[in-house]
Amino acid sequence: MKTITFKNSVTSILRQTILFITSTLLLLSCSNDDNANPIPVEEEETITTITITLVQEGVGEPTILQSKDLDGDGPNAPEISISGNLATNASYNGTIVLLNETESPAKNVTEEVKEEDDEHQFFFNATGSLIGTSYADTDENGNPIGLAFILNTGDAGNATLTVTLRHQPKKPNDGTLADAGGETDIAQTFNVKVE
Amino acid sequence: MRLSFFTLVFVLATSPYLFAQNCTNVLTGTIIDFHDSTPLVGATVQVAGNDNVVLSDIYGNFSLDSLCDGIYELEVSHPECSTKFIKIKVLGDTTEKITLEHHLEELDEVKVIGNAITDATNSTQEKILKIETLERYSAGSLGDALKEISGVNSLNTGANIVKPIIQGLGGSRVLILNNGVRMQDMEWGDEHAPNVDINTTDHVAVIKGAAALQYGGDAIGGVILMEPALIPAKDTLYGKTLLTGATNGRGGNITTELIKAHKNGWFAKGQASFKRYGDYEAPDYVLTNTGVSELGVSIGIGKHDFIWGWDANYSYFDTNIAILRASDIGNVDDLIRAINGGEPLIIDDFDYAINKPKQEVTHHLAKLKFYRRFEGLGKWNLQYDFQHNQRFEFDIRVGDDSEKPSIDLLLSTHSLSTDFKIDSKTNYKLNFGVAGLYQNNFANPDTGVRRLIPDYDRYDIGIFTMGEYVISSTLLLDAGLRYDYNKIDAKKFYRKSRWEERGYDVEFADFVIDDLGTQLLTNPVFDYNNLSATVGLQYEVTTDTEIRFNYARSQRAPNPSELFSDGLHHSAARIELGDLRIKSETSRKLSLSLQKEGVKWGYTLAPFANFIADFIVLEPTGVEFNIRGAFPVWTYRQTTARLLGLDANLYYQWTNNWLTEHAFSIVKGSDMDLEIPLINIPAANFRNSVSYSNSDWKDFKISLESQYVFRQNEFPPNIMVFSPEQGQEVILDINTPPEAYHLIALDTSFKIPLTERNTLSVGLTINNLLNETYRDYLNRLRYYSDNLGRNFMIRLKLNY
Repeated sequence: MKTITFKNSVTSILRQTILFITSTLLLLSCSNDDNANPIPVEEEETITTITITLVQEGVGEPTILQSKDLDGDGPNAPEISISGNLATNASYNGTIVLLNETESPAKNVTEEVKEEDDEHQFFFNATGSLIGTSYADTDENGNPIGLAFILNTGDAGNATLTVTLRHQPKKPNDGTLADAGGETDIAQTFNVKVE
Repeated sequence: MRLSFFTLVFVLATSPYLFAQNCTNVLTGTIIDFHDSTPLVGATVQVAGNDNVVLSDIYGNFSLDSLCDGIYELEVSHPECSTKFIKIKVLGDTTEKITLEHHLEELDEVKVIGNAITDATNSTQEKILKIETLERYSAGSLGDALKEISGVNSLNTGANIVKPIIQGLGGSRVLILNNGVRMQDMEWGDEHAPNVDINTTDHVAVIKGAAALQYGGDAIGGVILMEPALIPAKDTLYGKTLLTGATNGRGGNITTELIKAHKNGWFAKGQASFKRYGDYEAPDYVLTNTGVSELGVSIGIGKHDFIWGWDANYSYFDTNIAILRASDIGNVDDLIRAINGGEPLIIDDFDYAINKPKQEVTHHLAKLKFYRRFEGLGKWNLQYDFQHNQRFEFDIRVGDDSEKPSIDLLLSTHSLSTDFKIDSKTNYKLNFGVAGLYQNNFANPDTGVRRLIPDYDRYDIGIFTMGEYVISSTLLLDAGLRYDYNKIDAKKFYRKSRWEERGYDVEFADFVIDDLGTQLLTNPVFDYNNLSATVGLQYEVTTDTEIRFNYARSQRAPNPSELFSDGLHHSAARIELGDLRIKSETSRKLSLSLQKEGVKWGYTLAPFANFIADFIVLEPTGVEFNIRGAFPVWTYRQTTARLLGLDANLYYQWTNNWLTEHAFSIVKGSDMDLEIPLINIPAANFRNSVSYSNSDWKDFKISLESQYVFRQNEFPPNIMVFSPEQGQEVILDINTPPEAYHLIALDTSFKIPLTERNTLSVGLTINNLLNETYRDYLNRLRYYSDNLGRNFMIRLKLNY
């Protein structure tokens, strides 16, 4: 008698186990039926190109500094081009244009920065024969943005200009990257010659 | 003690049956071993509540006379078996066959729990942490506790993410079995901690090597077995609550469990724990954003009989881990600044908030197990388990994306396994089985960040056989063989430029299924056939001294990270690149252990040599530039590796009360192809402790431990990177290990009996007693901050 109940319970447990596993496997194979391809991720708010136009007052030909990186964090480094040298002891009016060239036609990201100007700021670090920069624009709160700036050159020699765009920095800040915080959207260094 | 009380109740309850009429019946019977049906000589048979005791003869026969008609309770015991109580109905002269067994795994006796932990293998080095040790880490993690074992280290990301490393190897090379289920919790990532609650486990065994083939053939580093406590087959209700509070992090942990068992084998158990910490503190500053919140719940029911049994378990684990704010950096110049700077760049006041960067991980685990024993043959197991692992990683992002995770992965795993263990013969045992697994990974595209790990399906099947053979009473041979088939079928987007830079356009052109302009959709499908084998000897030199020797060959298929990693880890500011060409790695490990476990003193000397062909290593290799700056690139490659090491332990019981323990471990890892040291090899460390214990003083214990961690002097060369900020090539000191350090810890505890059944245990631990400032080579946050300062922890445990 005892063995019969025992056998019965073993059989029923076994039957239940098998049923459970089969149904799970069935469910599994059903849910796995769709062989749909995953959706690509297009990284939002991508900036591929920064173009800095430097105009010396009274001089016709501007100097253009450009960095273009079409593959984002892919293996290719940005292509940096500098159209010419800068004059000694001069003052340049600088303007910045940002593009997303992964889209066609290219999207002008400068507009977005302008719209959210209180959430963006450019930082400039000039070394060598560059004397320094100053901001020539302000956001709605009277804090600098840097889409327009003034660059002063010194005596002849080599120089670097590093341009950093921070998204959601602390505003106002003391002008250093460490104080500003936020997320780096752009950090590019241009090697220029002053002569 | 509880058992004897219980027996008494039972005897009293059944005694009325003993005084019926017609008391001239004779009960004759045979007592046999359940496993091999051999008669048991010298078994005692006693009518409960009666002094009438008889012994079985060499044929296992016994005879009891002067019995009345009625139901009798017999107590049958044998020196090598556990005692059995059976009810027998006597009606006239009666004959009965009684089986006894000497296996205690599924059995009922609370008193034997400590010794019922059987080794998973015979010839490899295996160390066990018992509940007393684990309870000291109740508010910590599994990885912290395991470091008590010499030869076990950890790879940390801060104090909350602790990945165990066994004899120099960790990650996918270490299998974690949680209550018999192999954890599938994205162990491939360096910053992915095991999703287990240390409070669910009664003891943890660490097998230093791949010999435990029943769990997997790819345990090149080793196996960690987390086992729950055995549940007694008697009517009882018991549990415990353990509360831990810590000063560093200003938080703690509470864990509670309740178990209901019935004498017919039915049981139900429930356990829950909750852990909460705010920011930890280094000796000189607050480690801003390092808090944690963790919840673990587990329930189980089942019926464990000797012949057959089943159980169903479910556990839930939810962790929310803040990652040091200062470790979220922008580009290589930020990293250079962090490495050269002394303090973290961001230090705020203490806070409980868990801000970004952070991880939110949940893990569900459900298991159904059935077993059946066959008389004179062995035991059959069948198990199905399901795991659901959801991982979110949040970086500091801005604008509309600020609340979006950067990583959103869902890993679901089903596995089904069965094995049969033949354990009825005295001179050999044999175990064979088969296991299958289906896994799906889904990387949610809503993150707006390109997937680091792609969507994939994985199918595994493994078959194994293992055996042990008793050559003589002192010499035992064990051996095993396992074959694993793995298939991975992924759908992954590659940037065209990356696809070409890696040369995949030439080698893997047929994987491309769609061209989206700048991106390619590919369908890589790979198969791996792995063969693992082990053979070993265990030799008992004297009763307390033994030698174990083991050779294990094991093969591990590359994990998804090693194959597919491709992209920028924003928070770590590093680009990680997998390689589709990576094939299985093959380890050949020789290990020897000489062990004496005497009453007065004992030691273990365990050298090993592990030769790994096609060893997969992730190293910093250079930088890549994009418009956001320069980023260090970490690349997976394969090489020939050799790991040589030694674990040594010594203890000496000076008097009944005083004990000293000493442990030393060292690993040397070499890249034989490039003739350079391997990255992330634990530094040598030396631990010494002195303890005093006195069982007469409410089980008072106190111990002082010194841990000296040497500087890792063998590390791969640093790399040169171009720093845009400095406008020149500079050395990136990314591999240079920190200095040696020395930590002192104090631990004391005692027990207060409250009632007959309730005990209150009180413990105090002080870690880093001297508030030493240090950094550890195997902490990924060592570039940014010091390790934890002094920490007082108090524990209160109530057993009921």
